[in-house]
This record gives sequence, C-alpha cells and structure tokens, in this order.
Amino acid sequence: MATITMKPFKTPELFLECSNISPDVFAGKSPSEISKLEVREGKIRNELGDFFEVTGTSGTTAEDTDIVIEGDCSRVKYIGMKMTAGSITLNGNADMYVGGWMKGGSIHVKGNVDSFCGIAMEGGEIQVDGDAQNYVGCAYRGDWRGMRGGTIHIHGSAGNDIGTFMLGGTIIIEKNAFIHVSTHAEGGTVIIKGDVQGRVGGQMVKGDIYVLGDVTYMLPGFKEIGQVDKTIAGQDITFRHFIGDLGERHPKKKGQEIYGNLFLRASSPSGIPQ
Amino acid sequence: MAELVIKNGFVIDPSRNINGDVADIAIRDDKIVEKGGKDAKVIDARGKVVMPGGVDIHAHVAGPKVNAGRLMRPEDKLFKSPNAQEHYRMEMGFSIPSTFKTGYDYARMGYAFVMEAAMPPLHGPHVHEEIHDTPIIDEGALPVFGNNWFVMEYLKNEEIENTAAYVAWLLSATKGFGLKLVNPGGTAAWAWGLNCLSINDPVPFYDITPAEIITGLMKTNEYLGLPHSIHLHHNSLGIPGNYAVTLDSLQLAGGITAKNKFNREQVMHSTHIQFHSYGGDSWANFESKAKEVMDYVNSRKNLTVDLGCVTLDETTTMTADGPFEHHLNSLNHLKWANTDVELETAAGVVPYIYDKDVKVSGIQWAIGLELGLYAKDPSRTFITTDHPNAGPFIRYPRVIKWLMSQKAREATFDTLKHSSKVIDATDLHGIDKERTLYEIAQMTRTGPAKALGLSHMYGGLGEGLDANVAVFDLDVNNMPGDPEEIEKAFLRASLFVKSGQIVVKDGDITHHGNKRTVWVNAKVKDNPQVTRDIHDKFLKNYTVSIGNYAVRDNLAPNPYVIEVDVEA
Repeated sequence: MATITMKPFKTPELFLECSNISPDVFAGKSPSEISKLEVREGKIRNELGDFFEVTGTSGTTAEDTDIVIEGDCSRVKYIGMKMTAGSITLNGNADMYVGGWMKGGSIHVKGNVDSFCGIAMEGGEIQVDGDAQNYVGCAYRGDWRGMRGGTIHIHGSAGNDIGTFMLGGTIIIEKNAFIHVSTHAEGGTVIIKGDVQGRVGGQMVKGDIYVLGDVTYMLPGFKEIGQVDKTIAGQDITFRHFIGDLGERHPKKKGQEIYGNLFLRASSPSGIPQ
Repeated sequence: MAELVIKNGFVIDPSRNINGDVADIAIRDDKIVEKGGKDAKVIDARGKVVMPGGVDIHAHVAGPKVNAGRLMRPEDKLFKSPNAQEHYRMEMGFSIPSTFKTGYDYARMGYAFVMEAAMPPLHGPHVHEEIHDTPIIDEGALPVFGNNWFVMEYLKNEEIENTAAYVAWLLSATKGFGLKLVNPGGTAAWAWGLNCLSINDPVPFYDITPAEIITGLMKTNEYLGLPHSIHLHHNSLGIPGNYAVTLDSLQLAGGITAKNKFNREQVMHSTHIQFHSYGGDSWANFESKAKEVMDYVNSRKNLTVDLGCVTLDETTTMTADGPFEHHLNSLNHLKWANTDVELETAAGVVPYIYDKDVKVSGIQWAIGLELGLYAKDPSRTFITTDHPNAGPFIRYPRVIKWLMSQKAREATFDTLKHSSKVIDATDLHGIDKERTLYEIAQMTRTGPAKALGLSHMYGGLGEGLDANVAVFDLDVNNMPGDPEEIEKAFLRASLFVKSGQIVVKDGDITHHGNKRTVWVNAKVKDNPQVTRDIHDKFLKNYTVSIGNYAVRDNLAPNPYVIEVDVEA
C-alpha cells in the first residue's frame, strides 16, 4: 500500500469542489501531478496544490492507494466522490457530499460531516466519528434511485432525511436523528440507536428501520403487528414490529404483500400506545 | 459590410443538387452571395464538409411543459451540466436542457432553425419568453389546434372559412407559425378521463371525430395557404398495433392538394412516425410495422414525416397528449405531471428510460431507424428524436451515425440484452442500406426547410439565402472507418456561421448570434361572426380576458414575420 498525505494550508474563501480527492484519481500520479489537479471554487479554477501540500506516493491502482488528509476540510466538498477502492482518512471535519456516489473502498472522517454524506452510495464504507448534518445516504434531489449498497456509520447524531429513496445498504446512527427516516425507501436498513422525533418511514414501500431509542411522533401509516427478538449490533433486543407505509402501494413477492418494517425497541419509553 | 468566404470545402447542398464539389461559399452580412470581395475574411475548409445550417422541424424546447420537466427533474442535471465555457452562460441538463444549453448545443451541431412543436396558445407568452432566452438559433412555435373548442365547433359544421378566420387570429395573437394537431379529439376527451384511440372515435360532447378535425384543419391550412402544412401527431401514439390508425390517418391527405406560395408540396406532416408504426396487440408480441407505414408514405408525394428516433437514453417525455402520459405513468410508476389548458389542450410530463435491457425499448430503437432507411425520398423524411420524448436532440449525430453505418447499428444490437428478440420483431438487422452525407443533408436541412415553407431562407447555400453555413470535420473522399468519428464530427461543428456571424469554432461557442423568432401573420377578410365568437368565449369560458391573452411584442423582440394574404 502507498500513502498520499495532504496537508491543508489555506482556507478557501468560498467552498472548494474536490471530487478529484479520490484514490481512483490519485492512483499512478506523483504528488506534483496531484497538486496540479483542477479544483473549483465556484466558477474559479484552482489547483489542488493551491490549498494542500501533497506528499508521499500513490499506488498503481486505486485499491492500493491510501489518502490521509491532515487537517480541517470544513470548506471542502465531494471528498471521495465516485471512488471505487482504496481509502481516505480525514483528520478533521468535511463539508458536504463526502463519499457521494461511492462504489467501494473506505472513508474515515474523524470529525463531523456536513449534509449529503454517502448520497446515492453503491458500495464501500463510510465512518464518521462525529456528527452528520442532513441527508445521510439519501438520493439526489428529484431522483428515485437512492443509496443501493455499502455502509454508512455515523458515531454521533444526524439531522433529517436519512436514507431517502434508499434501495439497499446499511446506515447506522449511534446517537439521535431528527426527522424523516427512509422516506420512499424500497430496501436497505437504517439503525438509529438513539431517539428520533418522527416521520419515520413515510411513503416507505420496503426496507427495515430499527430505532433503539424513542420515536416521539409515529406516522399514522404504520400498524403494529406483534413483537420480535432480534440481534442488533451484538445486542439481543425485543422489538415492537410495525409495518407500513399503509398508504403506499404494496408490491407482492411469492403471493405475499411486501411492507416496510419499523422495529421499535419494546422497552423504549415511547408515548406510543401499545 | 462584413464579408466572409468559406473556401475549398466539399459543398453538400441538395437544394442545388451539389454533392461534395469543392467550392467556395461567399457571405455578405447575413446573406449568401455569389462572390466575396477582395477584403472578405477567408476561412479555409479544405478537406471538410460544408452544409447549410440544420433545420429541426420538431422539438419541444420552450414553454410550460418543458419547464415543468425541468422543475420536476433536477436529477436530469446531475453530472450532465458541464462547467460553463469562459465568457458564456452556464449550461445545465440533458433531456431538458436550460435555454442557454439548448441554443449552444444546437449551434454546436450546426443548426440554424428549430421549431417548437407544441405551443399551448394560452401559454404563448411563456413559450416566447423562453424562445427569447434561447440564444443563437432562429425559432418558431406551432400552436396546438386539434382539441380547440372553437375549431371543433366550427368544423363539426364544416365551416372552413370560420375556422380559417379563427386560426389566423390565433396565429397572430400567439405569434405562431402553423397548425399543430396532437391526438386530435383525444386530448379534449382526456378532460373527461377518456381518449380517442381511432380516427373515428367520436369526441365526447362534441359530435365530431378526429378524422373530421384532421380533414377540416388540412382544408383550413390550404385555404389560408400557410408556409407549413398541418403538423400531425396521430391518435393512438405509442400503443401496440397503432400502425393501422396511422395508415387511416395518413389516407385522409388523399384528396387534398397543397396550395401555397412557399414551394411546399405536402398537405400533412406526420410527426415522430416511429411512435405510430407499431404492430402486435400487446407489449408481449410488440413488433415493427415500419415497412407498412413507410411503403404508404413513399407512395404519396403530399406527405412528409419526421422519424422520432428512440436513442436508448434516460429522458423526459412531454406531450399535449395528456391521456398518453397517464398511460405511460401507469407503466413506469415514476413522476407524472398533468395539466388541462382551458378550451385549448392539455399536457403531461413523465420521465422515461429507454433501457437497453428492455425488449420494447430495443424494438422502438430499431423501428425509428428502419423508417429512416426504408424512406425512398429522404427529402420528405426528416431526422428528429421528438426531443425529448424519444431522446434528447444532442443525439441527432448518433442517429445520423446509425443511419450512415451498418457497423454502428450492429454495435448497438450487441449492447441490447434481448437482441435476438429485437431482431425477430424488426427488420433492421437485415438492412444493409447506409445513408450518404447528401441524403443526411436532405433529411436535416433541405427537406425540413421545404416542408416548413422556409426554403427561401434555410436549407440551402444558394445566393440570397440566409447565411447559415455549417462546416464538419469529415472528408467525403475518405470517410472515417470508425462510425464514432461521424457522430463526433456532427456533434461539434468545426465552424458554424449563423446569419453571417461565426457562432461556433472547433465546437466552441464564439458569439451569442442574432436570434430571431419566425412567425406567420395570415390576413383574412373581416369575419364578424368569428370576432363575436372569440369575444363571447373570453367572456363566458376563459379565466383570462382577451386583453391579457395575446403575446405582446416585447416578448418576441426579434421577430421575422412571414405575411400571408389570403385575399391576394
């Protein structure tokens, strides 16, 4: 494995669009070639080297290229966009679209990420040690094809619109989430270990949602059908099982109608009547 | 006085039967002239093809349904919006590009004129605002008449003169170019959730049939002597087995002859004929009837067609055929917009993916190309994709590639998941015909210009015509073995001169051009009954007043008005 190290030395005045920060792009390039890659600040063309000091060596393929960013990227968008292999480690925060449209490899952000982390992701793994803003693992605006595969693991809290139009893959939020989880989902799994305010599974057709904390306001389109025991993140937990969204269409598989599943921890201090 | 000479290119100009002769094209100001002066700027086109500017007879490029598509499909812009060319406007979108991208991309492909194919009259102001915002290319717009209450009320009593007076008023009120008919009667029926799937289905509450509307408007059109013929989207679009309806509908042109001063010969332009050449009675036994339809068109000189080729892309369908969009949405369950335009028409918008893994998409792709290859007279058969319904207009170069190269067609067959089923349901695989550059120029330039009655302005390089000249990086004596090079050459013209101004060089925009809006002002003698009927309807039925209806002059600030005087 070969490692490229990038040290930010200048904060962009606007926001920097850095979809070029990806093992796929860096592979086979020398630090000076990487420094010359185009990055945009609005309509202004810049080079990566105008903002980052690039050292180290890259691998011959994306798979054996690791990128380490030593510093804050709060004004850097699209880190790891469309990457297929290799890894990115960011010792700091990132702006929007970390790992968007990612197909493989891994990204580890040791700080916080802004919105659209893992948007329309197809594979690979994103770890965020801090919090995420809105739209974790969602679909692009207007698109009906959301996250298809891979894992997003947010160790802090997340905002709204998690897993919108999700089709596959897994999103884990260790702490709390705000509203709108798996809206329009047709697959995939979202696990929220803390509390969610509400609007969980709206217009959901298929897929699973686990809430280990509390749901303050349930949607009316979900119906409780019983209790199930499941092992989630190594814990054996008894869940109340809801299906929905009953207001949506229900495709059939082998004669069985398909619903979205919402599993709410049975011991949650939820205000939802039994 | 600006003079320009494009020297030594292989000139292809079907309007003067010139096929690849090395010649110079001279331009003074915005017209083509016989010879340039000694101070003329010289551009060397040695080894390249020189053609007239392209003419697109049918595309949906401006107006409320295009905008509805843009609004409901932000994802159409994703990864398909290149960074702006320095000093030029941002370009966004693919199947429903922004107005600037529309103008720039047409110019890059060497197109001079584009006809917006369906203007809802009530929304004429919006259509013209967008046309004005689309740089470089000249445009016109066809108001829709086939489901209009006035038209149906006059024509059920066969009142051609009254229909003509109304049509003349509406063309002038909307700054329209000619008569578009979309699913005649069927769209009006859609207001009651119904449709007219054959030309003899009565239109509910109107005591008239689509056949009577089509015939009546054809007679009206020739009575007025408009530059273009009626422009017809047949009933039963996109339905397996609809070729029979298409043939019935085409036969209506039988007894009618063209009467106009614009050198136009057809009385019916049958648009996006690909969508109307379907056999079978379900999607399971869906098959091509391209041969049956084209055999008929070949035998009738008073018909023209455009292809409406499926390009196997993700696109956005939009049409005034409201019931069809509802049908399409029930097939693909994606987004759907639907609207009624009071007294006049309706419209729907649905995203659609022509998927190489789906048998039906492959068959549709083959049908469009079969029609283009079966056509005996390329000057009556025009290349379109019914943009954006069967594919975006920036795929015209790809359609040209497929028509010019069997190798390119076979390469696409190889990418279809169900290629053997597509081969069984169509003839395309067995057709070895390849269109020549001359025929392509007929299908994209001379032919459509003539069918629109605009051959005195576009579609040729003869003296006195508008100075619209496209130069493509193709050598007629040494055509590329790789068909991809053909597509590349037509996608980015090496040079494009529009109205005497160099607007594209090496595929890049160099100037915002001198855009014009072309519309037709038909003068008829005073018709008090029609005037009273119009005022009555605005009082009783319209939600707008007549004073707020017309397209004001400031919305079409660069007009080119074609005057037609019925009395003269």
